[in-house]
Amino acid sequence: MTVSQRLRSGVLSLLIAVIALGFWHLSTLQPSTGSAKAVDPEYAKLMGLDRTKRGGMPSPAEVGKTAWKQISNPFYDAGSNDKGIGIQLGYSVGRVMLGFALAAALAIPLGFVTGLSPIIYGALNPFIQVLKPISPLAWMPLALYTIKDSAISSIFVIFICSLWPMLINTAHGVASVRRDWINVARTLEAGTMRTCFRVILPAAAPTILTGMRISMGIAWLVIVAAEMLVGNLGIGYFVWNEWNNLSLSNVIFAILVIGVVGMALDLAFGALQRAVTYVEA
Amino acid sequence: MSKPDFLLVRELGKSYGDRAVFEHVSFTMDRGEFVCVIGHSGCGKTTILNILAGLDQATEGEAVMDGREIGGPSLDRGVVFQGHALMPWLSVAGNIAFGVRSRWPDWPRDKVMKQVQKYVDLVRLTGNEQKKPSQLSGGMKQRVGIARAFAIEPRMLLLDEPFGALDALTRGAIQDELLSICAATNQTVFMITHDVDEAILLADRILLMTSGPRARIAEVVQNTLPRARTRADVHHHPHYYRIRNHLVDFLTNRAAPPVREIPRYLAQVK
Repeated sequence: MTVSQRLRSGVLSLLIAVIALGFWHLSTLQPSTGSAKAVDPEYAKLMGLDRTKRGGMPSPAEVGKTAWKQISNPFYDAGSNDKGIGIQLGYSVGRVMLGFALAAALAIPLGFVTGLSPIIYGALNPFIQVLKPISPLAWMPLALYTIKDSAISSIFVIFICSLWPMLINTAHGVASVRRDWINVARTLEAGTMRTCFRVILPAAAPTILTGMRISMGIAWLVIVAAEMLVGNLGIGYFVWNEWNNLSLSNVIFAILVIGVVGMALDLAFGALQRAVTYVEA
Repeated sequence: MSKPDFLLVRELGKSYGDRAVFEHVSFTMDRGEFVCVIGHSGCGKTTILNILAGLDQATEGEAVMDGREIGGPSLDRGVVFQGHALMPWLSVAGNIAFGVRSRWPDWPRDKVMKQVQKYVDLVRLTGNEQKKPSQLSGGMKQRVGIARAFAIEPRMLLLDEPFGALDALTRGAIQDELLSICAATNQTVFMITHDVDEAILLADRILLMTSGPRARIAEVVQNTLPRARTRADVHHHPHYYRIRNHLVDFLTNRAAPPVREIPRYLAQVK
């Protein structure tokens, strides 16, 4: 995109945001409470009409106020049901990273071997095909029963959902390394390790990174749902807890935060992916 | 007794099941000799080269280089691949260094880079060391492939239609370079081509192959043109067209794929 195109896109984005916020604002305007004045104050008190209306859809300004309050003090800890957004996010990101790292530690070496050997590929393929479409949350009861710890169970769920895209992409990337490059390594008498790390790994790296990026995306989707189930801590639990508190402005704020963090994770993997991508000559 | 041949290929054959691609392929090469193979596609030229490289196994016969049977790939034989086969994530220097490090694993870095630079200069790519293959033209890429094969200082060079994908002008320039490098290093070269002029310019001997299946070497043509050939004047030599006509006649008449007999049931339908 040229600079002027970028500028125009930016202006358009801004316009869309303003219009969306405008609609949101208009649709949440409080109806004027003029009629309440005609009612007997005693009656109004009895019916709770004198209080400012709570609940309902918050306006953008209210959400903004909540967001500012949360962001300006992200790490406060006022008991088990009242922690700052930073702490909640930290737990969620930590669980995702841990589950994802464990999955990568298993999936990438296993995928590598699977890609190298058609026999292993054929042997593992039926299992992969059956296990892959299972919603990671379906594992939750089994995980809770066997692990008996809700935090570790949610890490296990992240592990299991991150596994498949990385495994499949690594196997595919390794299996489809150009025969020519392997032959070059063979004629140069490069050893097995040298061929694996200097030829096959860099050749398959873009495909492997794509798998990792997909896995990370899924993991971030799943962590919110998993934390809603297991409770205690994390951004998913935060959303559910604020829903129980009927604090919709906190829920909306949390939704936005989930989106922003997901985007940041994706951008990070996008940058990694670009770093290992090569232009096929 | 005459000195043993540097390369001895005896009764080489390759078949898949009962379908023989080529058979009874026998020839020898002396040290420092440049031999070209010409034949139509599908006659098994590349398979012969892959067997010599150790990348493929023959089903019959044997190939012996310097007294030792060729059983697998070796740094003694440098290969320039048809599609250059450069690793796109490595720079020009990185691609050549990959070979140099394989050949001399305990060389320090600066010695490796000195060797790399020497061959980068030799193929006249000085100044392009840090470029990636995707930033190079087709001719430059093939030069890197040649430099990579030369830089390991192999005892024999195997070239699989290295200039097939290049335009005529680039091809000519690299042919001249290859000639001068080979003359300077007294390199033994086995090369596949389907370009008659290229064969006459480069080769001391030209092996003519019939078309497959059951391809074989039909004859060996001695290039009688003196060795100091250059692209600029090779076609002025009195023998040039005699040899060229002979090769072209072979390719168009004798090597032409056999007309397959129409099976009887199809003939009847016609």
